[in-house]
Amino acid sequence: MRKLLVALAALLLAPGAFAQNVKIGIVAFISGPGAAPFGVPAKNAADFVVDELNAGKVPAPYGKKGFGGATLETVIVDEAGTTTTQVTEFRNLVQKHNVDLVIGYISSGNCLAIAPVAEELKKFTNFFDCGTPRIFEDASYKYVFRTSSTATKDSVGAALYVTDVKQNIKSIAGLNQNYAWGQDSWGDFELAMKVLMPNIEVKTSQMPKLFAGQYNAEISALLSAGADVIHSSFWDGDLEALILQGGPRGLMQKSMTILTAGETVMHKLGNQIPDGTVLGARGPFGPYAPNNRYNQWFAQGFEKRFSAPPNYASYQMAQAILGVKLAWEKAQDAANGKRPTNEQLGAALENMTYEGPGGTVRMALGKGHQAIMETAYGTTKLVNGKLTLVNVKRYPAEKVNPPEGIKSADWIKSGFKPK
Amino acid sequence: MKIVNVTHGSFYAIGAYAAASLTAAWLARGYPPMLSYVVLVVAAIVVAAPFALFIERAILRYLYARDEVVILLATYALFLILEDVVKLIWGVNPYYIAQPYALLGSFQVAGMAYPTYNLVLVAAAIFFGGGLAWLLHGTRAGKLLVAVIHDPEVSRAMGVNVGRYYLATFVLGSLLAALAGAFTAPTVSVVPGLGVEVIVLSFAVVVIGGLGSLPGAALGAVIVGVVRSLSVHYLPQVELFVIYFVMAAVLALRPRGLFSLAEPRKI
Repeated sequence: MRKLLVALAALLLAPGAFAQNVKIGIVAFISGPGAAPFGVPAKNAADFVVDELNAGKVPAPYGKKGFGGATLETVIVDEAGTTTTQVTEFRNLVQKHNVDLVIGYISSGNCLAIAPVAEELKKFTNFFDCGTPRIFEDASYKYVFRTSSTATKDSVGAALYVTDVKQNIKSIAGLNQNYAWGQDSWGDFELAMKVLMPNIEVKTSQMPKLFAGQYNAEISALLSAGADVIHSSFWDGDLEALILQGGPRGLMQKSMTILTAGETVMHKLGNQIPDGTVLGARGPFGPYAPNNRYNQWFAQGFEKRFSAPPNYASYQMAQAILGVKLAWEKAQDAANGKRPTNEQLGAALENMTYEGPGGTVRMALGKGHQAIMETAYGTTKLVNGKLTLVNVKRYPAEKVNPPEGIKSADWIKSGFKPK
Repeated sequence: MKIVNVTHGSFYAIGAYAAASLTAAWLARGYPPMLSYVVLVVAAIVVAAPFALFIERAILRYLYARDEVVILLATYALFLILEDVVKLIWGVNPYYIAQPYALLGSFQVAGMAYPTYNLVLVAAAIFFGGGLAWLLHGTRAGKLLVAVIHDPEVSRAMGVNVGRYYLATFVLGSLLAALAGAFTAPTVSVVPGLGVEVIVLSFAVVVIGGLGSLPGAALGAVIVGVVRSLSVHYLPQVELFVIYFVMAAVLALRPRGLFSLAEPRKI
């Protein structure tokens, strides 16, 4: 009996045993147009990774259960609604639900609004998907991080890819949605192309409103413009509509068309996507993910559970959680096994480099708060009725991201010069 | 009926969703693709008709005596409710059916390919517009409907079953909206919010043409389409604004629209 009591006492005193759960606020679009392509795949990834971590099934160094032995629990919040709503929801997460940390946000507008609030509330927050480079270029934060890279990488990577694979490009054209994402994406692409090919002619830049749905007039304008390359950062229903309307009219055959967010529809549309279309995945995700053990674990497990392959939003959510787990355990070790504070957690994630299902994530920008990653693009080709990607080219992180301390636009204008 | 019916946007979306989901099921079972055009039409009618009947009988018929603004607000409320009903039934994921769009091939104009399906849409619009004009002005029922719209009280005194005319008109109008959605479904990705986009554009069309005028609506649609296309080709920066500029210009010159009908004075 005495031995039993001693064993029980030892168990209770062991670090991590009966530790308080780690409560994570997860924010993504659960309803609205952003739900199907981004929010739901990201939320599914969060569910999968959290369950796997709690079961201790993730490959090393993520094998310890939960975060440092503490079980993870999540509070899911829908990102749909106005920016004001999201700020209120963030305050609710922190002050009402008492979450230990927040991982979320797809919309760049929401990220820009949440960052100062997270700082004010001193709550560790990791943005997993939003693309605007302005977050860490225009401000500096202690509690805010982003473990995915910015949209600059997508546009610069797209410009590098088309100039690598297509000879004698004389003109470009754009079809992008008329809001921050579409305008920034086109702006960076146009700038990068002008740097790479100073004599390039911009035939037309079409900016229809978000979710317009009908693009026949724009497709006619693009067909008559006859540019060598068409750039589009369309996503969700707009992207599907563009492919469905542009495909039968030969748009992708007439001009090399690069779809920077094309990966989100490649599994759904499959052979509807014409041969020769260039698809991006906002980084080394999905078809461009490395064949490492983390990707094998993640892609296979995700597909088995949800009967659909993970898309780039899923990958970014997975690597966001895994990065925070490593930082948590690093901070916990430094604190002699004690539960880390938000400050200790942040200090541990700063400048960290780690491996995830999408490859190497380096927290290299924004004073160690902003990740950079490599990127990849490929061209579609139907083989036996199945969509495949050929001519895949990868671009190292340093080649498609600005160096620390230089704004993206200035870096592109400088001719992609290292610091 | 003197109703600015915002639920038309919902019926457009319901028609598109019904057509997309049922036609996709039809094609997935390997049935003849050419018959998918019939499925588009039947799906829209079968799914939208019960909604139209229910809304008219359960809600709108109690509001006809109220001010037109009250009916406008009621149809707007119904529009918001139906938006969520659509999400409850079909979810938030986009639907698409590309086959009917590509099945008819394409033709060349000035070196540019146009899908033949777009011509079918133009033909369908002319057919339904012409049919509606004939129904209103070339049949006894249509003439009675014009009388009912002008003065329901006198029509009732003359022995016309006004309630039945209201029901038939509302259901027919709703089914036309659903058919428009069904015909559009193969050309777009059917997503939540589809109805919002079309109702805003439709409002611009009827305001330019003149409320209550069929030729006005037809001309308004042509003006909106041509002006937007010209803007996309020659001045894409103003594309978002140009339709509303035209609407404002027309209203400044002709406050009741291009084809506004003379208002008969009641004594």
